[in-house]
Amino acid sequence: MKNLDTKTSINWLKYASPKTFYPLAGKLIPWCVIGAVGLIVYGLYIGLFVAPTDFQQGEGYRIIFVHVPAAWFSMFLYLLMAMYAGLGLVLNARLSYMMATAIAPTGAMFTLVALVTGSLWGKPMWGAWWVWDARLTSELILLFLYIGYFSLQAAIDDKNRADKASAVLALVGAINVPIIYFSVKWWNTLHQGASVSLMKAPAMATVMLKGMLVMAIGFWLYSIAVILIRVRCEILERDSKAAMFNLGL
Amino acid sequence: MPKTKLTQELGTFSVLYRILARDIKVALRRQSDVTAVFFFFIIAASLFPLGSGADPKLLSAMAPSVLWVTALLSCMLSLSRMYSSDYADGTLEQIMLSNQPTVLIVLMKILAHWVLSGLPLVFVAPLIGLQFNLSSAELQILAVSLLMGTLALSLIGSIGAALTLGIRGTGVLIAILVLPLYIPVLVFGAGAVNAASIGMSPNGALSLLGAVLAMALVFAPLASAAALKIALE
Repeated sequence: MKNLDTKTSINWLKYASPKTFYPLAGKLIPWCVIGAVGLIVYGLYIGLFVAPTDFQQGEGYRIIFVHVPAAWFSMFLYLLMAMYAGLGLVLNARLSYMMATAIAPTGAMFTLVALVTGSLWGKPMWGAWWVWDARLTSELILLFLYIGYFSLQAAIDDKNRADKASAVLALVGAINVPIIYFSVKWWNTLHQGASVSLMKAPAMATVMLKGMLVMAIGFWLYSIAVILIRVRCEILERDSKAAMFNLGL
Repeated sequence: MPKTKLTQELGTFSVLYRILARDIKVALRRQSDVTAVFFFFIIAASLFPLGSGADPKLLSAMAPSVLWVTALLSCMLSLSRMYSSDYADGTLEQIMLSNQPTVLIVLMKILAHWVLSGLPLVFVAPLIGLQFNLSSAELQILAVSLLMGTLALSLIGSIGAALTLGIRGTGVLIAILVLPLYIPVLVFGAGAVNAASIGMSPNGALSLLGAVLAMALVFAPLASAAALKIALE
């Protein structure tokens, strides 16, 4: 990292050290919180009041504005977590491990939200809380992968080893996510297709798409805010003495 | 220098063969460990008819999934033994210090695990399948799918075994880590037998199982070796 400090190149790694990242994260958090609250309120307004009633599903479909963005983020955050884990293994950067650790709970939360809203939606539409549909099943397995990541990290007392071991697990899981998805999909077609297919519905109204995108960006800002708060806690927890010295706490 | 020559006299293949032979020999000295897995498979598979009733149609419909899930669980039960005894007495560290590639050494230990806990199931599963009223065509597919599948299970499971090396409460933890990763093997393995039982060609599912095995053969020893290095740091 020393030779990257030359004047000719921009120092991309400046914020890779917890010492400089801590205050930066602190400045970013309020803006993300404000943005998240604003966009989620706006997205819910579009979803609950502006978007038209669906001619097949009535008002019940409106849960889509929470369900679909949550499902997107459950998968996106897993990949992001695996990316930070891989970065940590390659560069041996502690902050990358801390980021991966901080992302996991938010990812698992969105997975749970997607599953719960999915089954709440499924009951009136399909007549069952749970259907062994490919999407639902792979989302459930994603939750298992998150649980595995937590359990491994919690079981190892040595922080350094816990970081590296769970990083290997996150990477193995990330390679497996597409394989699991397709295996479950083909398993599903072998047995029987889902009785109702949601995504084959006629092209979505633009208002609905807009509402979902606004919600997704809101969820994104929420994720950033929560992850940054968690990383700051992690930094303080891991090297409390150094933090007190550097930050004048 | 004759001294260094003496230590390098063993070629890679010779070293790898010795590791494989040693692992199998050591495991066979404690036969109860090996046979326990085998009997677990038989006992656990026999519990299902007791729980579901003896209707032959129902049993033959359930058989592929029951036999596959049971095989998967019995392979998983013995995973923690893959490295733990060598880790406890320091042998593993010595083996890792050798000048041979770690990935190949890990592969040998995985193969030894498969020979001792996966391969026996390939032979006994068709016998249990008879109890479940499976036809001879289905039994053949069951054996072929287990032959490929159990090797894939040992390969994938080795990652979990290496990650949890020397950690308290390993047994349950390995299950949580490894079972989600086992799902594709289960889907394609049981899928092949299911396809055979409804008169469809099992080749598609078997090819996909082969693909999973090929991928596991390449990536699992790498991940397992990386995890072992982390555990031994």
